[in-house]
Amino acid sequence: MYEIVTKQELAPNIYLIELAAEDVAKKSHPGQFVILRLDDKGERVPLTLAGVDLKKGTVTTAFHAVGRTTKKLAKMSAGDSITDLSGPLGNPAELGNSGRVLLVGGGVWCAPLYYVAQALRKKGNKLVIVAAGRTKNDMVYEKKLKEISDEFYVATDDGSKGYEGLDFLADVLKAQKFGHAVAMGQVSLLKKVVDLTRPYGLKTMVTLASLMVDGTGMCGACRVSVGGETKFACMDGPEFDGHEVDFEELVKRQRVYLPEERMASMIYEKLGGVKRG
Amino acid sequence: MDKEQRKHCIPMAKQDVLDRVHNFYEVALGYNEEQVVAEAERCLQCPNPRCVQGCPVDIDIPAFIKEIKEKNFLAASAKIKEKNSLPAVCGRVCPQENQCQQMCVLGKMGDPISIGRLERFASDYERKKGVTVPAKDESSVTGKVAIVGSGPAGLTAAADLVKLGHEVVMFESLHLAGGVLMYGIPEFRLPKEIVQSEVDYIKKLGVDVKTNYTIGRIYTIDELFADGFDAVFVGSGAGFPNFMRIPGENLGGVYSANEFLIRVNLMKAYMFPEYDTPIRIGKKVAVIGGGNVAMDSARCSLRLGADEVYIVYRRSREELPARAEEAENAEEEGIIFRLLTNPTKFLGDESGWVKGMECIKMELGEPDASGRRRPVPIEGSEFIMDVDTAIIAIGQSPNPLIQRTTKGLETTRHGTIVTQEETGATTKEGVYAGGDVVSGAATVISAMGAGKTAAKSIHEYILKKKGAKKGE
Repeated sequence: MYEIVTKQELAPNIYLIELAAEDVAKKSHPGQFVILRLDDKGERVPLTLAGVDLKKGTVTTAFHAVGRTTKKLAKMSAGDSITDLSGPLGNPAELGNSGRVLLVGGGVWCAPLYYVAQALRKKGNKLVIVAAGRTKNDMVYEKKLKEISDEFYVATDDGSKGYEGLDFLADVLKAQKFGHAVAMGQVSLLKKVVDLTRPYGLKTMVTLASLMVDGTGMCGACRVSVGGETKFACMDGPEFDGHEVDFEELVKRQRVYLPEERMASMIYEKLGGVKRG
Repeated sequence: MDKEQRKHCIPMAKQDVLDRVHNFYEVALGYNEEQVVAEAERCLQCPNPRCVQGCPVDIDIPAFIKEIKEKNFLAASAKIKEKNSLPAVCGRVCPQENQCQQMCVLGKMGDPISIGRLERFASDYERKKGVTVPAKDESSVTGKVAIVGSGPAGLTAAADLVKLGHEVVMFESLHLAGGVLMYGIPEFRLPKEIVQSEVDYIKKLGVDVKTNYTIGRIYTIDELFADGFDAVFVGSGAGFPNFMRIPGENLGGVYSANEFLIRVNLMKAYMFPEYDTPIRIGKKVAVIGGGNVAMDSARCSLRLGADEVYIVYRRSREELPARAEEAENAEEEGIIFRLLTNPTKFLGDESGWVKGMECIKMELGEPDASGRRRPVPIEGSEFIMDVDTAIIAIGQSPNPLIQRTTKGLETTRHGTIVTQEETGATTKEGVYAGGDVVSGAATVISAMGAGKTAAKSIHEYILKKKGAKKGE
């Protein structure tokens, strides 16, 4: 069992939880993920790490409560325990010194982006950070990201805060030279960033949240076409060169279980969960 | 018993085919007490038993059969467990027809003794009565051994080593121990409760089972040594799915057999939404491949509600690698075999879901390296199969994680670990390996045999190491 040490709501429906997992904390690096399973009948849910606390022996991750498992997790409190936590999984993000790095995070992904940003900063990189959201309501980690950055921007899809959309980045990219770019967020955001950096041939690392079951290379559910080759996000990623990723296929693969996810979520909401006999 | 009677084995009851295609309960029902004794009575108790030679873990087969004949069922189980820590599993999934039973003298004139069914009865009997745990041998030199992977090889090595007095920690990457016995083999062939009770037995012997630990990610093999382990056994299996590398393979509805079986067996997707993990199955399912994994995938598909399920295999019936019993069960349940057929392309609809499969007819040519006749495509014979789910069951390779992260561990071009066959020793000192990670995907019992061999070598290695230290 893995105890929830702290839990906080970062924005409406977006939570940050800290779990006791000393062995995992010791070995984790930015860009890696863990897989959680809440109870004996639970599914395995991959979540990207947002940080570790070596003194407390904890790992932290942020999630948007949209599916059955994440909604259930959102209802749990500090002191409660979950059945399984497996990690660290996947490869660490590329954390070298390339000079000036452009980092773009979307919504809940700003939390794991901060973990990556901290490491890049330590390596001596200058950081230009964009915290993005669909609306001003799903912005998280704004203050933290601003503090760690050399240059900071806010953008929302609907323009409710900061720039409307990411098109402003064209000017940012034109004005300065970057060593590489990092994007974490929904596929639409990743694709947008990659499209914007393409004219400059700027290496852009994107973290993919493919569907996964085991997260250790067994199922192949997370397969994604990168540079015309099939890769497993859990084994070869989750971070890939965004200019090589087939985003169209990725979106289709991510949607495979939407009807079942909606049904499970609805049952959980309307009926207070399925009877667990 | 007259000669004629001795020729025929006692048949074992199976769940009626009309019922079983709609549930995941065990198909084979096992013997009752009367049947098991009658079958045991057929045994000739040969003074030089050939059956034992066919057993990869050297069970004293005539001795346990004798105990069954005399209705000493617990004694029979104890006899088996002297050599085999997973009898309830082996009694169900071992290919006895190619091993112990193939060697049985009775097989020359009729049916061999049903050794697997007898083994199954004895272990099921003991489980129901409550399992007794043998006392630990505390006298021997104690070392600390890490077992990587909790499948048949790891469980066997762990049990043997802990019985020899060593401290054993077993690391499993998934949330439940058992490896392929949990994620791969379906409930209707091997109930998961039975696997877990065998795992519990190993725990009771004193093995520390750590689930959710993926070696190669959380610790490397070298870190295990640095952490105080004297030796490491790698039994990480062949859990990396092979794909066909043909167009359309990444469409929705195209699964690796691993993904499909993990969802169904380990995550119990057949009980969605009571269990959280879903599985989507269509009306027409094509399973590509002809091994046991293909048969399991096809039979699961049927039970999940598919209307038509096909086995699509590129060679002929004769070359089918599945156990005859499993292919017969599949056929009996209505699985349709499309032999000498190979997919060339998957076709998708606009949402990215598979809607068809282009196949080509094959014919058999000259024998290839495996000794089987090589399938050759017949030019111009392409046709479209109408399917909305495809499961690729063309084999598994070893997961490369450990090999990638361990310096000095020699591997083959197939990704398997190189070992000395008689000891299980790898090219790295203190590291032993066995099971599918060495042989490529094979049987449960051969993995257990390899686990046994490695345990013996590890014991000797530790004795030598500790002895040398003492002598310093």
